[in-house]
Amino acid sequence: MAAPVLRWSCPARRWILANIDRGPRHGRGSPTGSRSSGKRGQSSVAQQPLATAQKPRKGEHQWAAVVGLEIHAQISSNSKLFSGSQVHFAAPPNSLVSFFDASLPGTLPVLNRRCVEAAVMTGLALNCHINKKSLFDRKHYFYADLPAGYQITQQRLPIAVKGSLAYSVFVGKNRNQVINKTVRIKQIQLEQDSGKSLHDDLRSQTLIDLNRAGVGLLEVVLEPDMSCGEEAATAVRELQLILQALGTSQANMADYEIQRQIEELENGGEILNETRSFDCKLGCTVPMRDKEGKQDYRFIPEPNLPPLLLYDSASLPAGADPQQVINIDQLREQLPELPRVTREKLVQQYGMLPEHSFTLLNEVGLLEFFQNVMKETRAEPKRVTSWVLNTFLGFLKQQNLAVSESPVTPSALAELLNLLDQKTISSAAAKKVFEELWRSGGKTPAQIVSEKRLELMQDQEALEELCQATMEKHPQVVMDLKKGNPRAINKLIGLVRKATLNRADPTVIKEMLERQLSS
Amino acid sequence: MLGRTLREVSVALKQGQITPTELCQECLSLIKKTKFLNAYITVSEEVALKQAEESEERYKKGYVPPYNATVVQKLLDQGALLMGKTNLDEFAMGSGSTDGVFGPVKNPWSYSKQYREKKKQKPHGENEDTNWLITGGSSGGSAAAVSAFTCFAALGSDTGGSTRNPAALCGVVGLKPTYGLVSRHGLIPLVNSMDVPGILTRCVDDAATVLGVLAGHDCKDSTTVQDPVKSFILPSLTDVSKLCIGIPKEYLVPELSSEVQSLWSKAAKLFESEGAKVIEVSLPHTSYSIVCYHVLCTSEVASNMARFDGLEYGHRCDINVSTEAMYAATRREGFNDVVRGRILSGNFFLLKENYENYFIKAQKVRRLIANDFVNVFNSGVDVLLTPTTLSEAVPYVEFIKEDNRTRSAQGDIFTQAVNMAGLPAVSVPMALSNQGLPIGLQFIGRAFCDQQLLTVAKWFEKQVQFPIIQLQEIMGDCSSVFENDLASVSLKQ
Repeated sequence: MAAPVLRWSCPARRWILANIDRGPRHGRGSPTGSRSSGKRGQSSVAQQPLATAQKPRKGEHQWAAVVGLEIHAQISSNSKLFSGSQVHFAAPPNSLVSFFDASLPGTLPVLNRRCVEAAVMTGLALNCHINKKSLFDRKHYFYADLPAGYQITQQRLPIAVKGSLAYSVFVGKNRNQVINKTVRIKQIQLEQDSGKSLHDDLRSQTLIDLNRAGVGLLEVVLEPDMSCGEEAATAVRELQLILQALGTSQANMADYEIQRQIEELENGGEILNETRSFDCKLGCTVPMRDKEGKQDYRFIPEPNLPPLLLYDSASLPAGADPQQVINIDQLREQLPELPRVTREKLVQQYGMLPEHSFTLLNEVGLLEFFQNVMKETRAEPKRVTSWVLNTFLGFLKQQNLAVSESPVTPSALAELLNLLDQKTISSAAAKKVFEELWRSGGKTPAQIVSEKRLELMQDQEALEELCQATMEKHPQVVMDLKKGNPRAINKLIGLVRKATLNRADPTVIKEMLERQLSS
Repeated sequence: MLGRTLREVSVALKQGQITPTELCQECLSLIKKTKFLNAYITVSEEVALKQAEESEERYKKGYVPPYNATVVQKLLDQGALLMGKTNLDEFAMGSGSTDGVFGPVKNPWSYSKQYREKKKQKPHGENEDTNWLITGGSSGGSAAAVSAFTCFAALGSDTGGSTRNPAALCGVVGLKPTYGLVSRHGLIPLVNSMDVPGILTRCVDDAATVLGVLAGHDCKDSTTVQDPVKSFILPSLTDVSKLCIGIPKEYLVPELSSEVQSLWSKAAKLFESEGAKVIEVSLPHTSYSIVCYHVLCTSEVASNMARFDGLEYGHRCDINVSTEAMYAATRREGFNDVVRGRILSGNFFLLKENYENYFIKAQKVRRLIANDFVNVFNSGVDVLLTPTTLSEAVPYVEFIKEDNRTRSAQGDIFTQAVNMAGLPAVSVPMALSNQGLPIGLQFIGRAFCDQQLLTVAKWFEKQVQFPIIQLQEIMGDCSSVFENDLASVSLKQ
């Protein structure tokens, strides 16, 4: 296979050729920068080689970028892929290691049913063909965090093939034009994760923690259908959401490594086929080990695992023990709602713009927050959407908080929006209340409104009188207005507002003034 | 030592300045001396000393497995007493039990009256032990242990004949069950797709008894069958007229000794004379079997041995320069040249450029070999009858004139095709050679028809009345007791 060539579209007539070493990598550069709740997922990014490399024609400066990806997602399961040891995040080193995980001689792999179900569900969610028969293989290489000297994977015949992942990119000046794209899924395979090695430079030693050795991974291989880093990032994000919706993986991957590679690609840089690790002190990934020369994995079929046979309702043998068989149709019926459907429903139900539905799902916990607010408020969905996506999210981002860390509860925001909806307060006042809510958790919106005296004036007659009085006090402004100066009205409104101690809605004031003036 | 801190004494133990037992005894002694303090209400002296012993085991160089193999546990659960662990060729690679770190195993028949009389040798003396015979292998220790009456049954492994070969050379029964019938959990793998635990006993009934305990699905071994296991109580066959015995013609090779050949014919005629149908059959791919076995065996070995890196358990070299250097030195030191040779061969066959031509090709040939047996059994044959070995046991000094690979090829010639096909087979001692040494014959059965196979073997055993080894010379005082016992046992048969 010839070394693949990254082709890049450059309107500025400057073209950059990037060479990428072929071959998948072991994918263990997992940054620790993400917030993780409970189990840790990880992901790695590598390039798939192109099948052919086109020769550039003389004088032509048109290039197209093509990116393929391999993603490893840790399966959410109680025990490992082939042994009974538990899967836990952040347990003491080497406390979750069975005899099989430590590769003690004489131990044999036993397949974990939950991991197979996770793979099938993921395959179904990605429109794959589920192979009713799939096989396990050994992939050999020597490394300290691989006790057996080989990894059990599915190289010849994986569990799912030929699927697709739909994702949407937003283009245009305001990024509100949605383009729907699809990337083909080449295959999904089950394989073992390796242990972790920690390099102690001070004592010139390497410490091995085998807690992760043998944990089940789903490797999802995307065909090179994506034409730039941004598409790749979006596709991966969608995959992440799908895995989380299915519950098959926590998929708490840090965006760091993806972002780094995307930036490199966009700068036409070279991505080496390497494994990287996250250096906490430096706050970035650093190269781990080079694959010098060709790596021959000497694949052989895993002799201790018979072929994995799956059934559907049609092929299920009569009287089969349900504990011993997996029915693909049954799993298909049990699939939870996928993100795409959730977003469609949001658009249908609340009339929100598609890009808003994306934002709601992209932020962890935001959709739930939104739905909880909707439950308790009479305000229009459009208003709630705007408040949640602009004001609420804005505050979160400013202070780098997760939704779960928000000082404002859905109930509080709902109450605030009700006050706004009832015209008890103005928009400007509402913003002030929100700020106060954010700052001091305990108080209710009603309390804040009353404390700060932010209620809108309800007495229309009093307001009318104030308008009249203000105009009488400032005849020059009225004169200006009558002369046709458009800014004069604003000055008048401002004066009236001041007189009301900001407790009147400027729109209402304007209306009143105009009415009075015309009469 | 008792005044030191935990960390300090831990270092001292690691460095061998004091042993766990010594330390434990110091504590116990001081506990006794300070009894007047009334600090202890119970002193668990026995428990502590036992634990100290276990601790010493762990400090000793070498790997002590922290779990029992399923087959061992099953026997223990049925009340068996474990007499010990037996000697073998390193990692079960060999057919002589001569290539092990604990030294070679000697065949008890070297010291038998039957052999010595024929050799016209003087009674066993200190300087006379230069021409002792090999047991065969690789499970030679187990065969010798059973043959010398030191135990009633022993476990071995059988990947290419490692249980049947030494059984034949030591005059005992060696059973290789059908692949998938007995759990391999705890059996250090040689060739995962061919290995089975083997059973060695002094009579066929005993082998069936042990098989009855061991057979059955094990959830820890995904290659064991789930079907419920049939009983292994053997009927006493009296009428063999409904049996069809197959004699594979390709097994008549030039290297076969004339004595073994003649006994093989005699056995065939015995079945015929008792009314069985005895026919010549063909296993056409037999001649490719050894080479095919070699490719598949070395390939799996290369894979299975990859875990021995000294990191998690076992021997680790002293080199600290880099992981690679440590791996290389550990494996160089820890494996003998037979094992290393097979690993290198196997890795060669598994290289991307060779995989198709060697590994895949060998798998295809394996399928042909397995089909040969299927075809023969489908044509109405119940059991095949073949020699187990080319000849009787040879002296060690003769055996070591050729290398392990050559000897293995010779030793496995009649046995390894059975492993490739996953079938059950048993070696039954038939008669003594002109030199007074045992010769056994092999019966091969259909897959999962182990009970039928053993039934035929039991009938044959009764017919031939193989003589009991006479080891009085080395048994010493218990010889007279033995004589009576042996006589009564042979009558019961």
